[in-house]
Amino acid sequence: MSRKPYLREETMRWVFRHPRYLRYMAREFSCLFIGGYGLLMVWGLKRLSEGPAAWRSFLEVLQSPASIAFHVLALGFALYHSVTWFKLTPKALPVQVGGEFLPDGIISGAHYAVWAALSLAVLILAGAF
Amino acid sequence: MSERRVELEVLRYHPETDAAPRFQRYSVDCREEWVVLDALNHVKETLDPTLSYRWSCHMAVCGSCGMMINGEPRLACKSFLRDYQGVIRVEPLAHFPIERDLVTVIDDFMAKLKRVKPYLIPAQARALEQGEYRQTPAELKRYKQFTLCMNCMLCYAACPEYGLIPKFIGPAAISLAHRYNQDSRDGGRAARQEEIAAAEGVWECSFTGACSEVCPEHVDPAAALQQVKIKSTVDWYLAHLMPWLKK
Repeated sequence: MSRKPYLREETMRWVFRHPRYLRYMAREFSCLFIGGYGLLMVWGLKRLSEGPAAWRSFLEVLQSPASIAFHVLALGFALYHSVTWFKLTPKALPVQVGGEFLPDGIISGAHYAVWAALSLAVLILAGAF
Repeated sequence: MSERRVELEVLRYHPETDAAPRFQRYSVDCREEWVVLDALNHVKETLDPTLSYRWSCHMAVCGSCGMMINGEPRLACKSFLRDYQGVIRVEPLAHFPIERDLVTVIDDFMAKLKRVKPYLIPAQARALEQGEYRQTPAELKRYKQFTLCMNCMLCYAACPEYGLIPKFIGPAAISLAHRYNQDSRDGGRAARQEEIAAAEGVWECSFTGACSEVCPEHVDPAAALQQVKIKSTVDWYLAHLMPWLKK
C-alpha cells in the first residue's frame, strides 16, 4: 500500500479560528504600544537634556490630539498586557505549601500588590505627594 | 429514545486516488445522547465502510479519537451531538499530516516524546530487596496533574507555534518531561534539559495557552512550559554568574 501523507499548510487563518487566538494576538500586539511609549520617554529625556525650550516644545507636542489618542491607546494596551500577564502568573509560579498549592488569587494578587507598591514608590520619588 | 438527523461534513482523503483532501457530507439519524464518535461509527456501519478514523476506548481514556470538530481540537468520544447546531464539520487533527481521512501521521510526536525521556530515571538505584521508592502525598501532588496526559495530541493541534514551527517539541512532550523532573524519585533532569531547555524546546512557546484550554484531561501544559522556562533561566544565571556552584 502506497503512503502519501498530505500536509495542510498552516496559514494566518488560525488567528480567527477561536477568540482565544485573537485575545493572544491582542496581548502580543500590546508590546508595540508599550515599546512605542518607551521610545517616547527616551525622546523626552533627550529633549530635557537639550534645555528648557526643547522641554517646553516636547510638552506642547504631548498635548496634541494625536499624542492624547496615542496615550489613551497605550494606556489601554498596557492595562490589557498587565492584567492578562498577571492572570497567568499562577501557572508560571505555583507555590506549594504542604500538600496543597496556594490559590491562584494569592499569586496574582501578590503581583498586583507589588505593582501598586512600586507605582507608589515612583510617585513618591517624583514628588507627587 | 429521541433521534435527530445530523449532518456531518467529514474531510476525506484517499492517498491512492485523491490529490488533495475534500469534504463529504453524510446525513444520519442519531440518538440524542450520542457523541460524534457514535455518529462516525454509524456512518461507517450503515453508509460508508471506507471512512477511516482512529478510536479505541470510547471513554476519554485512550486519547485515540482526537479530531477537529467545528474547527476545535476535541476527542470525538467526548463531544456530544446535542452540543452542536447545524452541520458538524469533522476534520483530522490540525498540524499533522493526513494519512487517510481522519487518520493523521503521528510519527513526529512519537519521536519527540521519546527524545524527552518520559520515564523515571531513578536518582538513586535501589536493589529489589530495598523495597519500593517511597513518596509522600505532598511529593506526589507536585507533579500529579501532569500524569493525566494521555498523548491525545489535541494540544499540538491547538498550538499555533507548533503549526508554524513544526520542530517545536510541543506541549505534551514537554509537560511529560516536566512531570518526571518534578518527581522526587527522579534524577534525570539534566538529560531532559538538553531537549526541553533548547531553542526547539520551551523557548518556541509564546504562552498562547491554547494547549491548556483544549486539554480533555484538564492538564495544564502551558503551566508546565512556563515552569520549565523559569527553571531553565535560573540554571543559566547560576551557570554564568556563579559557575563555582556547578558540580
